[in-house]
Amino acid sequence: MSEIVLDHITKRYPDGALAVSDFNLAIKDGEFVILVGPSGCGKSTTLNMIAGLEDISDGELRIGGKVVNNAAPKDRDIAMVFQSYALYPHMTVRENMGFALKLAKAPKDVINAKVMEAAEILDLTQHLDRKPANLSGGQRQRVAMGRAIVRDPAAFLMDEPLSNLDAKLRVQMRTQVSRIQRRLGTTMVYVTHDQTEALTLGDRIAVMRSGLLQQVGSPQDLYERPINLFVAGFIGSPAMNFLSGTLEEGKLRTSLGDFPLSDQLRREAESVKAGRQVIVGIRPENFEDATLVSPDLRDKGITFRTTIDVVESLGSDVFVYFTRGRETGVTATELEELARDSGRSETGGSGDSVVARLDAASRVREGGEAELWADARALHVFDPSTGRNLSLSAADGPAAAQ
Amino acid sequence: MSTTTQAVTGTEAGEPARKKGRTQLSEGARAERRLGFLLCGPAVLVMIAVTAYPVGYAIFLSLERYNLALPQATKFIGFGNYGAVLSSPYWWHALLVTVVITVFSVAITLVLGMLLAMVLHRTPFGRGTVRTASLIPYGIVTVAAAYSWQYAWTPSQGYLSALFNNSAPLTSQTEAIIIIIIAEIWKTTPFMGLLLLAGLSLVPEDLQKAARVDGATGWQRFTRITLPLMKPAILVALLFRTLDSFRIFDNIFILTSGNNGTGAVSNLGYDNLFSALNLGIGSTISILIFICVAIIATIFILGFGTAAPGSDLGKG
Repeated sequence: MSEIVLDHITKRYPDGALAVSDFNLAIKDGEFVILVGPSGCGKSTTLNMIAGLEDISDGELRIGGKVVNNAAPKDRDIAMVFQSYALYPHMTVRENMGFALKLAKAPKDVINAKVMEAAEILDLTQHLDRKPANLSGGQRQRVAMGRAIVRDPAAFLMDEPLSNLDAKLRVQMRTQVSRIQRRLGTTMVYVTHDQTEALTLGDRIAVMRSGLLQQVGSPQDLYERPINLFVAGFIGSPAMNFLSGTLEEGKLRTSLGDFPLSDQLRREAESVKAGRQVIVGIRPENFEDATLVSPDLRDKGITFRTTIDVVESLGSDVFVYFTRGRETGVTATELEELARDSGRSETGGSGDSVVARLDAASRVREGGEAELWADARALHVFDPSTGRNLSLSAADGPAAAQ
Repeated sequence: MSTTTQAVTGTEAGEPARKKGRTQLSEGARAERRLGFLLCGPAVLVMIAVTAYPVGYAIFLSLERYNLALPQATKFIGFGNYGAVLSSPYWWHALLVTVVITVFSVAITLVLGMLLAMVLHRTPFGRGTVRTASLIPYGIVTVAAAYSWQYAWTPSQGYLSALFNNSAPLTSQTEAIIIIIIAEIWKTTPFMGLLLLAGLSLVPEDLQKAARVDGATGWQRFTRITLPLMKPAILVALLFRTLDSFRIFDNIFILTSGNNGTGAVSNLGYDNLFSALNLGIGSTISILIFICVAIIATIFILGFGTAAPGSDLGKG
């Protein structure tokens, strides 16, 4: 019905800059899809192209089976929520919400009924006659949502709708957005730069980087089977740790120690000459205080001793930070970009800094030495030149790419 | 025990101090205030010399019978001059001409200025050049521009007159007024355009996008989003232009000298003051123009309201 298909969509600006390149995505009816990526990756441009606010340079956009490349925004049956909310300041909440229906010349009682219905969903009934200037940030955000709901569109397009809210309100509204989408069952395309928002909200997430679609999949999929270095580093908080390593016969040498190879990695290792340099990724939660690991689990990973630099206790978990000397100077452009995006490049430091998330029962102390365990099953190994995740089997690959 | 006593004396000592503070400023604050007055002082004196004194003197003159041709007849006559002016057909005719010129020139300037502002707002390149070029008419001294208009309309010399069979439109009332209005529009449209451009750039681009998604056509976006949001800028521009236009003098002075019933109130005042040397009547006309201008400003500010959009007046 209201399926949205982006078929080889490309956006090229008159000055030749390529904002979005060959973007393919089929959004199913009623699906909640998130476009996520660092700023300037083309996610908002993609959304604007779906909305009809930007021209499509190349490719085909179909909404509900109809090609709408050249259709005006109003003919696409979509509603949009802007980061700035874009509420009309000279209209009351009621007029703001009913504006689209009024333009469509809907009868007054229909407009009133729909506005009331949306106001009830969003708990705005007592604010209907106020102007946006007299509303709080959260209320304005809800009015913006209400304006979209009233339209009863084929799809909602949301451009960072929660970015202007404070952290606490953002978490509350996140749940509300999710609830509204479930309740209405309307297709939703949601743009954000916040990977936490993406993971918690979406049915499917599309990760973008410099105009290119990197990977599309369920949150779990992206988290567990990132297709490349960029997705691996972008998804997850705290971010995945990256260490340089060497793929040798039968083992993976890293600054943490030598890991045994999985079947997939063994095949990779065989296909190239010995001593191949790689980047090893391991998520913070795949570490544990070695004293808390049961003996049978211990064999599934390796243990190593290290000096702990910083300990952050969150009550439920303990984050520990330690540094390992860099074995080899392997770098990748993706890692540099991720570091820039997260501001990590600003903090500096030498060697590979590693974050580990340990059980709250752990007794590690700042400045002390501890024995940690790293889960070998959860390792990701990346090719530093292409960024490809070598530890994914061929069966994982194509599924992730589509 | 000792602490209680201390506390009590503390409040006793503190109470008068606070009372004093309410009526009397601290030494530092007083010095600051004194400095403030001293810094404003010279400007205040200059203002009094160049505005307050002439205004006051004009009011005084308007209450006197005072003709430089008959200095011995000078006499305080109260509102006699006002009666004379307000019962004279010359005044009412000049006022009508002024109002006609003001209404037409301001209305047309508003429309053209809005178009100019829209063009400047949307111009993707060379915005600075276009903006500067469009300001040229406003930059030219009015008298110089008026002379060029006059020559253009002079029979057997001017190119505009030649276009119309060597006619002499400046010698007929209606045509002359139309030409005066055109000269006014030509001169002030750029200024209007720039004032409106400032207002136009205050309308967020996101609102235009939202309205497009909401299904508004270009015209609907203009009338329902752009215009209401620009209302304060439009009112300020209209106020400036109306007041300016009401005090029109130089264009008429050069183009027709106010002949053939084309004089505005300012020209009438000038004629009485400087040609007839009737200081009393001339000052009275000046004061009446001043009152008209004050009325126009009051209507704009109180009548149309200059509240910014989005501010809820009296609503919670």
